[in-house]
Amino acid sequence: MNIMGKRNWFFIISGIIALACIISLATTGLKTGIEFSSGSILNITFNNPVDKSALRQELDKAGYKGALIQTAGNESRDFIIRLPALDDAAKIALVNDLQASLGDFKENEFDKISAMIASETSRNAAIAVVIAVVAMLLYIAWAFRRMPSPFHFGVCAIAGLVFDTLLALGIFSILGGILGWEINLMFITGVLAVIGYSINNTVIVFDRIRENVSRGISADFAVVVNRSIVETLGRSFNTSLTTLFTLFALLLFVGASIQNFVVVLIIGVLAGIFSSTCISPGLLVTWQKRELSKKVRAGAEAARVRS
Amino acid sequence: MRSNYIMFIIILVILAIAATVVLPVDKGLLLGRPIKLGLDLKGGVHLVYQADLSGIPEADRAGALDADIAAIRSRVDVFGVTEPLIQQQGEDRVLVELPGISDVDKAKAVIGQTAILEFGELATDPNDPAIKWRNELGNWKPATGTVNGQEKALTSAYFKQNTYVGADNLGRIILHFEWDSEGAQLSSQITQRLIGKPLGIFSGDHALLGDDGKPIAPTVQAQITDQGIIEGLSQTEATQLSKLLNAGRISVPLNLIYEQTVSPVVGADFVGMAVKAGIIGIILVMLFMIIYYRLPGLLASIALVIYAVVVLAIFKLIPVTLSLAGIGGFILSLGMAVDANVLIFERMKEELFMGRTLGAAIEAGFKRAWSAIFDSNVTTVIACIVLILLASNIVASGPVMGFAVTLLIGVLVSMFSAIVVTRTFLRLFIGSRISRQVALFTMYTGGK
Repeated sequence: MNIMGKRNWFFIISGIIALACIISLATTGLKTGIEFSSGSILNITFNNPVDKSALRQELDKAGYKGALIQTAGNESRDFIIRLPALDDAAKIALVNDLQASLGDFKENEFDKISAMIASETSRNAAIAVVIAVVAMLLYIAWAFRRMPSPFHFGVCAIAGLVFDTLLALGIFSILGGILGWEINLMFITGVLAVIGYSINNTVIVFDRIRENVSRGISADFAVVVNRSIVETLGRSFNTSLTTLFTLFALLLFVGASIQNFVVVLIIGVLAGIFSSTCISPGLLVTWQKRELSKKVRAGAEAARVRS
Repeated sequence: MRSNYIMFIIILVILAIAATVVLPVDKGLLLGRPIKLGLDLKGGVHLVYQADLSGIPEADRAGALDADIAAIRSRVDVFGVTEPLIQQQGEDRVLVELPGISDVDKAKAVIGQTAILEFGELATDPNDPAIKWRNELGNWKPATGTVNGQEKALTSAYFKQNTYVGADNLGRIILHFEWDSEGAQLSSQITQRLIGKPLGIFSGDHALLGDDGKPIAPTVQAQITDQGIIEGLSQTEATQLSKLLNAGRISVPLNLIYEQTVSPVVGADFVGMAVKAGIIGIILVMLFMIIYYRLPGLLASIALVIYAVVVLAIFKLIPVTLSLAGIGGFILSLGMAVDANVLIFERMKEELFMGRTLGAAIEAGFKRAWSAIFDSNVTTVIACIVLILLASNIVASGPVMGFAVTLLIGVLVSMFSAIVVTRTFLRLFIGSRISRQVALFTMYTGGK
C-alpha cells in the first residue's frame, strides 16, 4: 500500500474539504447557544398535546417575538424555548401566561446566562483551545527531540488537528444552517476532546516513524513513513472503531442533551483516521524532502563555488 | 514468573476492594456512600450571583460578601434543603447550589432579596412612575421617609433580627417585629402620614398574602415608632417568614447572572439512559475485542471490566461529582481504554509473525508499544488539564469540568488496566498448552 505516493492527492482532497468548511463558516457561521450569546432556555413538557403554532402565538403575545421554539422528544408536548435572559419576575409571568392559555406543563429545565458570563465563557474557551494546541506542539517537539527537525513533527501533528477541528466546525455550521443546531459548552468540550484524540492518533504514527527511522529501514524518508503508516493502520482503525461503538451507544441512548458533544467526537474520530494517516505524515514527508533538497542544492552550490 | 503470580493476586485484591467500594452503586459496602451525582442528574438549582461592590470602598471589599453568604445560608436553611452549597467565587461572586428542591422560583425569590418585606402606600395617580405593585386594592408605591436628608424606602431591612410568632387573645397568629433606630425614624414619619390609610406589605413582586388568600394591608391606627405586628398569616407562613427575617440582610446587592435549574425527574431519566448506554457500549467493545483478538481480546475485556470498576471506585473515593458530561466522558473512555491493548496486541501479532514464541512476542509487544502508549496518553492528559484549568475559570463550566476530570482519571487508570492487568493475565498462559494454539491469539494464523 503506497499511501505516501499519493500524498499530493490527499493534500488536494483535504484542501478542498477545508476550503468548503471555511466557506460554510464564513457564510453561514456558527449558531451560538446561550452559553456564548446569553439568554434563557426553558424546557417544558405539556400535560396535553399543544400545537407549536399556538405556543408561538402565545410567545408573540407575551412580547417574545424572536423566541426560538424547538420540539424535542414527543413532538406535540416537549418544547425547548430559547428566550432573552429573563429575570425572575419575567420568567414567572411568562410561565403563568403560558399555563393559563395552553394548559399545565412541567418545567424540566430552565437555564439563564447573562451577557457577562457569556462573553467570559467565549473568551476562556478560545484561550483554552490556544493553550491546549501550544502545549501539545511543545510536547511533541520534545517527545521527538531525537529526530532531525522535531519541530516539524509538532507542526505537522497540529496541522492534522486543525483539519479535524475545522471539519467539525464546518459540519456544525451546516447543521446549524439546516437543523438549527447551536454550539454550546458541550460542543467546546467535544472540540477539546477531539484535539486530544486527534493528536493521540498522530503521535502513534509518528512514534512508529521514530522507531523505524532509528532502525534504518530505508534511506528514503517517504518509504519509512509509508511503512510506519501501514504498520499502525490496524491499530488506528480498531481503536477508532471501539471509540465509535461507545459514542454511538451514547448518541442512541442519551441523545439530545449530549448530542453536540457526541457528534463533534464522531466527526473528530472519523476525520482523525484520515488526518493521522494521510495529512500529518504526508506534510512531514513533503517538508523533510524540501529541506533535504534545499540542503542538497546548497551542497551542490557550495561544490560549484569551490570548483 | 513467581512475581507474576504475586501481581495477579495484587490485581485480584485491588478488584475486590474496588468492587466493595462500588457495589451496590447507591450505597457501597465499604464506604456506605453513593456515587455523587451533579445537579443536572439529581435535579436542583445552580445559581451564580454577581455582587455589586461599587458602593463599598476598595479596602473593605475583602470580607464584604461574608454577611451576604451567612444570610443566604440561613435563608436556605429555612427551606430544609439537604447538602446546599453556598460559597464565594472569585472576588465578587456567590455560588448557590440547591440539590433536589422543587419550588425553585420561591427559593430564588428569597435568596437574593435585599429585604424580605417592603412596605407600600397607595398612589393616587395611576400613572405615578413610582408605582411598583398593582393588585385588587389599587396601585402601590414604596412608602418612603427621610433619614439624614436622604429619602429611603421602608423595608424589613430595618427589622431587628428578633422577630417572633405569637397569638393574640383570639388565637390569631401574629408576627412581632422591632424597628432598628433608622427604621423607627422612617416608620414614625410614614405611619403618621398614613393614619387611617392602608399600609401594604409586599414580598418581592407580590403582596404578602394572608391565610385567606387576600393581600395583607392593615389600616394604620396610630403612629408606630419602635415595634409592630403583622396579622393574618397562617402559622407555617408566619414561622417561615420570621426565620427568614431573622436570617439577616443582604447588605451587598446581588444580581443573578447564571442559573441552571433541572427537574429531579428529568435528572433520574438521564441516569437510566446513561447506564444503558454504558452497558451497551462496553458490550460492543468487548465483543469486538474478543472476535478480533481472540484470547488476548478476552483478557483485555476482563481488564476493561476491572478498569470500569476501579474508575467508579475512584469516583466514589475522591469523590468526583458526576454530571451528564462526566458520565459521557466515562462511557467514551471505555472505548478509548482498550487503545493501549490494541496497540500491544497489534505489536504482538507482528512479533508472532516474525516467528517469535508467545512469551517473547508478549514481552516484545508490551515493550515496543510502551513509547507510543505513553506519548499518546500524555497528549490526552494535557488536553484534560487545560480543560480543568478552563473550567475553573468559567461559571457555567459544569459539563467541561466533569468531562475533563473523568477522562483524566480514565486515562491514568487505563494505563494500569491495559498494561499491568493484561500483561499479568497473558503471562499466566506462557508455557502452558494453550500458548501453542496460535489460532487463539490471532485471526490470521498464516497457515500455522
